[in-house]
Amino acid sequence: MSVEFLYPEFEVIRNDNRCIACRVCERQCANVVHSYDSDNGIMLSDETKCVNCQRCVSLCPTRALKIVKSDCTLRENANWKDATIKEIYKQANSGGVLLSSMGNPNPLPVYWDKILINASQVTNPPIDPLREPMETKVFLGKKPEMISRDENGKIKCDISPQLELSMPIMFSAMSYGSISYNAHESLARAATELGILYNTGEGGLHEDFYCYGENTIVQVASGRFGVYKDYLEAGAAVEIKMGQGAKPGIGGHLPGTKIVGDVSRTRMIPEGSDAISPAPHHDIYSIEDLRQLVLSLKEATEYKKPVIVKVAAVHNIAAIASGIARSGADIIAIDGFRGGTGAAPTRIRDNVGIPIELALASVDQRLRDEGIRNNVSLVVGGSIRSASDVVKAIALGADACYVATAAVLALGCHLCRTCQSGKCNWGIATQRPELVKRLNPDIGSKRLVNLMTAWRHEIKELMGGMGINSIESLRGNRLMLRGIGLNEKELQILGISHAGE
Amino acid sequence: MKLEGQVRIPSGCAIAAVISKDGNKMSGEMITNAMKPMHDRSNGLGGGFAGYGIYPEYKEFYALHFFFNERATRKNCEVFLKERFEIVKSEVIPTRKIPAITDEPIIWRYFVAPLKSVLASLQLDEKEFVARTVMKINTEMKGAYVFSSGKNMGTFKAVGFPEDVGVFYKLDEYEGYSWTAHGRYPTNTPGWWGGAHPFTLLDYSIVHNGEISSYDANRRFIEMFGYKCNLQTDTEVITYIMDHLLRKQGLSLEEAASVIAAPFWSTIESKPKEERQKLTYLRTVFSSLLVTGPFSIVLGFDGGLMALNDRLKLRSMVVGEKDDKVFISSEEAAIRVMEPNAKNIYAPAGGEPVIVRVKEGKF
Repeated sequence: MSVEFLYPEFEVIRNDNRCIACRVCERQCANVVHSYDSDNGIMLSDETKCVNCQRCVSLCPTRALKIVKSDCTLRENANWKDATIKEIYKQANSGGVLLSSMGNPNPLPVYWDKILINASQVTNPPIDPLREPMETKVFLGKKPEMISRDENGKIKCDISPQLELSMPIMFSAMSYGSISYNAHESLARAATELGILYNTGEGGLHEDFYCYGENTIVQVASGRFGVYKDYLEAGAAVEIKMGQGAKPGIGGHLPGTKIVGDVSRTRMIPEGSDAISPAPHHDIYSIEDLRQLVLSLKEATEYKKPVIVKVAAVHNIAAIASGIARSGADIIAIDGFRGGTGAAPTRIRDNVGIPIELALASVDQRLRDEGIRNNVSLVVGGSIRSASDVVKAIALGADACYVATAAVLALGCHLCRTCQSGKCNWGIATQRPELVKRLNPDIGSKRLVNLMTAWRHEIKELMGGMGINSIESLRGNRLMLRGIGLNEKELQILGISHAGE
Repeated sequence: MKLEGQVRIPSGCAIAAVISKDGNKMSGEMITNAMKPMHDRSNGLGGGFAGYGIYPEYKEFYALHFFFNERATRKNCEVFLKERFEIVKSEVIPTRKIPAITDEPIIWRYFVAPLKSVLASLQLDEKEFVARTVMKINTEMKGAYVFSSGKNMGTFKAVGFPEDVGVFYKLDEYEGYSWTAHGRYPTNTPGWWGGAHPFTLLDYSIVHNGEISSYDANRRFIEMFGYKCNLQTDTEVITYIMDHLLRKQGLSLEEAASVIAAPFWSTIESKPKEERQKLTYLRTVFSSLLVTGPFSIVLGFDGGLMALNDRLKLRSMVVGEKDDKVFISSEEAAIRVMEPNAKNIYAPAGGEPVIVRVKEGKF
């Protein structure tokens, strides 16, 4: 073979004793790994095309298939790792920027895993969520600094628009285009059933989904795809996307192959054209410009909807958040460096931004130091993986969490990290009709509801153990957290004590 | 071992209170005796009392009660006070030497009025000025601690059992229209006098039995508004919350109670529209001031008392009455000591405030 050859990353192991050559694997694989040798009546595999999405493994009726990591390795080198060398080969082959999908997979610290949660013993009672009320409802939005009364002394109850959530979780932005119609439908229906919200992402809102508007956040990103009056009015809130945790500093990129049919119409751009959002909003070059866009969107929606400003967690996030809090925004969403994406340059995904745990802790503290924490709500995302991550995030100071990777996993994603190819065998990150139809929105929405219901139970169990019966008493309650194996500086930034202290 | 304030120390407790709705004066002996049957609810590591109406001859002046760790600290502090206040009286707080109470700090009181010129230059009202000064002394002045700062009221507290603390401070020689009392059962303490209850700011005093699970959420919120939780105790943060809600936000006692012991959302849903809107509003705006975990508190204020349990009623508290008097206690036994024939003894529901006021003009 030539210098361009890279040995396949995975091997397809087929147990010939079990294989009945039913050709399901062949039909299921959009990457065309499997083929049928009619002369010999056997199945063949082309491992070079395999992305390890596990579709064939899951659907094989006789469990004849497994995908394993190839043990064909380069000579070991602690400095020049296998992946590093292969990336160089790929770039020498193509001259291009490396593309990746989903969140940063590298072994950088996951602070959630180094934080432990408290429980009550003796001096105050744990509360049993099966027997006592346990409240998870939250309201997101700006709260007034002072109450005011009318001439009769009654409290004036008018308040800036708020989002009411039955639990402190929302599905974060994934655009129609990057994910499929059926994926969007699943998210919208699940959010409605759960009493939470999902987010359109930057690709506009398909006309079929306007009916879920009360549970929809409509996003305005730098490309302004699909943004017009009806769109802004359709949602419960408007989110300005300034940045994304997976790729801070650059805009979105949806390849023309995914801009087909309704995606093109919804985005209001021609079929087949690449949808490339600019890195900045070209009307926002500074914080005072952001204020103008926030107020413009409020004006356009008659001050009836809260405006969210979403930013990537970057080094100076505390000062940036403080600026946003004073910009008129009602909610700040911060996306950590492990956040997922449908496509991002690998170097950016793996090297830019900071962990959400540290960003959240420093932003929450900064806003409190400035006395403006109640002026905004804080939503955090960028790899919230479980109910305990949610509890830890709330205790560090978040009002709610954004989840997306966990949601697509519930829909069937197996984290093969090749969304950018548009050939998602699970019908999620694709626009090919024969693949999209594999995701049944009835089943998809049910699985999302199941996941969130399970998390809500777990959140209540964890809260009850701490003797807390309402989520608002957990928010910012850092005494409920302890660090394990963290250094003084990390503990200081997180604002928590070490276990044993 | 770390001192209280450097570390958070949970504690269980006993509380008691009495008030005369007609403003009739009672000596502090009654409330002292009320703590005796609840001896086992304390462990000798803290007891204290608050009396209202006890300084009628100085009722126009703020009574600042201090603990000083040494004479030099008091001298320095006095210099600081003179820059800000007119001091009309300065004296040691009278105590009895008894074997049960030892190692006392210097216990002093000043009756003061803020200097008008200072108020004008700082553009502050009198109460805010006094509150900020107290906060400044307690945060910045090592070895000096203000433990009472209201008008015509005072707190008296020490390390010891409450019935001994009452004797130590000669409470039988004071007369007030209302009294609150506290016996402390800290799980672990170096035994600092300032850590005992009641905890006060201006004329608000709190005695509290419980260990709240919302502490850090409450603390980190209230500290945005200039309060500094130096002691890391539940009582301290609840006092600041009440000061913020009542004095700064202008909420009524009932409204403040519906913030800290907010009704469940399901209860709010069942209310008539206007009340539902108001409760939803308060719970949304002040969500970080919801107090969870077990507590029973008695809030003392100028002219009244409010008793309140956490919304699940995880701590005992009973109320009784006789003639002009209303009694509140962790246990009925304490009420029976104060008034053997007390009537209408009942246990208020979780989150149900019991508010008793002295008739207008009677205090």
